[in-house]
Amino acid sequence: MRDVAIVSYAQTQFVRSERDQNEVEMLMPVIKEAVDNSGIPKQEIGFTCSGSTDYLSGQSFAFVMAVDAVGAWPPINESHVEMDGAWALYEAWIKIQCGEADSAMVFSFGRSSMGETAETLTLQLDPYTLAPLNADAISLAALQARAGLDAGKWTERDMAEVAARCRAQAKSNPDAQVTGDFDVDKLLTDPYLVSPLRKHDCPPVSDGAAVMIIAAEGAAHKATNKPVWIRSLEHRLDSHQPGGRDLTTSPSTKLAGKAAGVHKTAVDFAELHTPFSHQEIIVREALGLGKDTLVNPSGGPLAANPLMVAGLARLGESARRIWGGHGSRAIAHATSGPCLQQNLVCVLEGE
Amino acid sequence: MNQASQEQTALSAPHILEYDYRRSLGPVLSRFFTGLRAGKIHGIKTQSGRVLVPPAEYDPETGEATTDEFVEVGPGGVVETWAWVESPRASHPLSQPFAFALIKLDGADTALLHAVDAGEASQMETGMRVTPRWAEESQGSIKDLSHFVPEAEGNADAPHPPAEATTDIVTPVHVEYTYSPGKAASRYLHGLKEGKIVGQASDSSGLVYVPPRGACPRDGVPTSREVEVSSKGTVVTLTIVRVPSENIKVELPYCTANILLDGADQSFTGLLQECNLDEVRIGMRVEAVWRDPSEWDYSSENIKHFRPIDEPDVPFEEIKEYC
Repeated sequence: MRDVAIVSYAQTQFVRSERDQNEVEMLMPVIKEAVDNSGIPKQEIGFTCSGSTDYLSGQSFAFVMAVDAVGAWPPINESHVEMDGAWALYEAWIKIQCGEADSAMVFSFGRSSMGETAETLTLQLDPYTLAPLNADAISLAALQARAGLDAGKWTERDMAEVAARCRAQAKSNPDAQVTGDFDVDKLLTDPYLVSPLRKHDCPPVSDGAAVMIIAAEGAAHKATNKPVWIRSLEHRLDSHQPGGRDLTTSPSTKLAGKAAGVHKTAVDFAELHTPFSHQEIIVREALGLGKDTLVNPSGGPLAANPLMVAGLARLGESARRIWGGHGSRAIAHATSGPCLQQNLVCVLEGE
Repeated sequence: MNQASQEQTALSAPHILEYDYRRSLGPVLSRFFTGLRAGKIHGIKTQSGRVLVPPAEYDPETGEATTDEFVEVGPGGVVETWAWVESPRASHPLSQPFAFALIKLDGADTALLHAVDAGEASQMETGMRVTPRWAEESQGSIKDLSHFVPEAEGNADAPHPPAEATTDIVTPVHVEYTYSPGKAASRYLHGLKEGKIVGQASDSSGLVYVPPRGACPRDGVPTSREVEVSSKGTVVTLTIVRVPSENIKVELPYCTANILLDGADQSFTGLLQECNLDEVRIGMRVEAVWRDPSEWDYSSENIKHFRPIDEPDVPFEEIKEYC
């Protein structure tokens, strides 16, 4: 295995609705920032991989047009995944492991605000038995939340506490969208959005983009004196039928965490891609993170949830925190699919 | 609104993505959907004897193929978990407040996702028994099972099935957007509204792109400077279309050409009309034919089409980079 490090990361501010800039205009400044800070000249970056879905804004081949933001002349070695940018990172990491590149640019972007996000996400469901019912993302998450409430795994208060804590932590993150101090007792008097979920249990609709540059050992050391090492990177998935698995647990997160060696030594903090409040409780349990582990110091997806970006942003926010001197070992997690169907776990370490 | 403030406005417009997929079902789901039409719900046995509903070709726990043993389950079952939708969306299966629920049908080992019509949230409870209601008219879809109701409301008669097996189903996609193309494309559309074709020049190379998208695709830098280009240009490549297509409003056959407008460094696709199709060629000089100014909108349709003009052809050597 080659040691691979994050050498730079940049993200836009995450906002409710980006109407002034299209995807390319949104990406250009962050690509420039990430490349400039990487210490690697752009033309030396060996591979480029993006994560996005054209369904977010309804523009076919938006993922191809997005390459305009990179500048693809002379021609570049490039790929795309119809997934969160965390999986684009996975492809780039594999490419480097295979020795086909020494460095890579990973980017992701999305303007969820162009459509009805919860409905757009029904397009990822089984097209025969699930998608025609238009079970939107919030309703599916609500099924999961109630399953845990009924099983005594968490309470509505536990859920509200997660939401309040994340948004309070987000106050120190200038890129976050929903921040502030919220009173849990007061939150619990709010009406249900889709019972048992209240508005605070759900992520905001966010637009944004993120860019990460990674490099293998030699190139990383040459580029920076502050590499953040990707010690492990694993992903697993569960059945796509929400009725075919126990929604109150996440076996795929547990398996990925075990394979990634999250239990080997203590971590300083974790960034978890858990868009709904109760999902943080599930993923904490699956990764064996106790109550004393700091989770989502950036605010996490409850503070800003740009679809296709929020997973990569967990790795990026972790690297930024390590660069800021607030810890040296972190777990970053990304999810995809309904009710935490697919999960990626990464262990990051500063020098 | 004056032009300066117009140019700061990013435009937006409704955009609907809509199409049908006709999906072949394969033997396992064909059995399931054929059953629904007769008011029967079929599961399938895994090699370990569990019954999966809806049936699948493989056991998600082991990855092994399932058996060929179908089992009729339900029609009643138990609500395992539910979500109360107080304000249904237009796309939802019921228009009044309802519950999405995972329902473990009698005899099944996994739960089916569907809608429950219970009137109000207070009538829903985990563990409650529910029974299906069938669609009045079968569509060949999961919606042939219209929804479930509390079992206290009584079982419904099974519908009369059509004689033939269901081997494929139509699954429509309908997604609505309010799309904004961003600043650069908006500036271009503002230009078209005034009868101008306004490209943008790359900050690095100075190359002029029409229509502009805000970035120089060669270098990945912004295109900040606006450059009005000519309505006249040169054909750099073309095709004659002879096959009908649903969205084409022009009489067949017709010519679509990539046209390099004078002053631009990127070709532009346009319809070529008012010419003999035997005479269209690379290097031919053409001009835009605009609609009446009273019809101009923020739209590329302001240009009706292009037509040949009486100018000598441009030699291939001068345009080969664009061909």
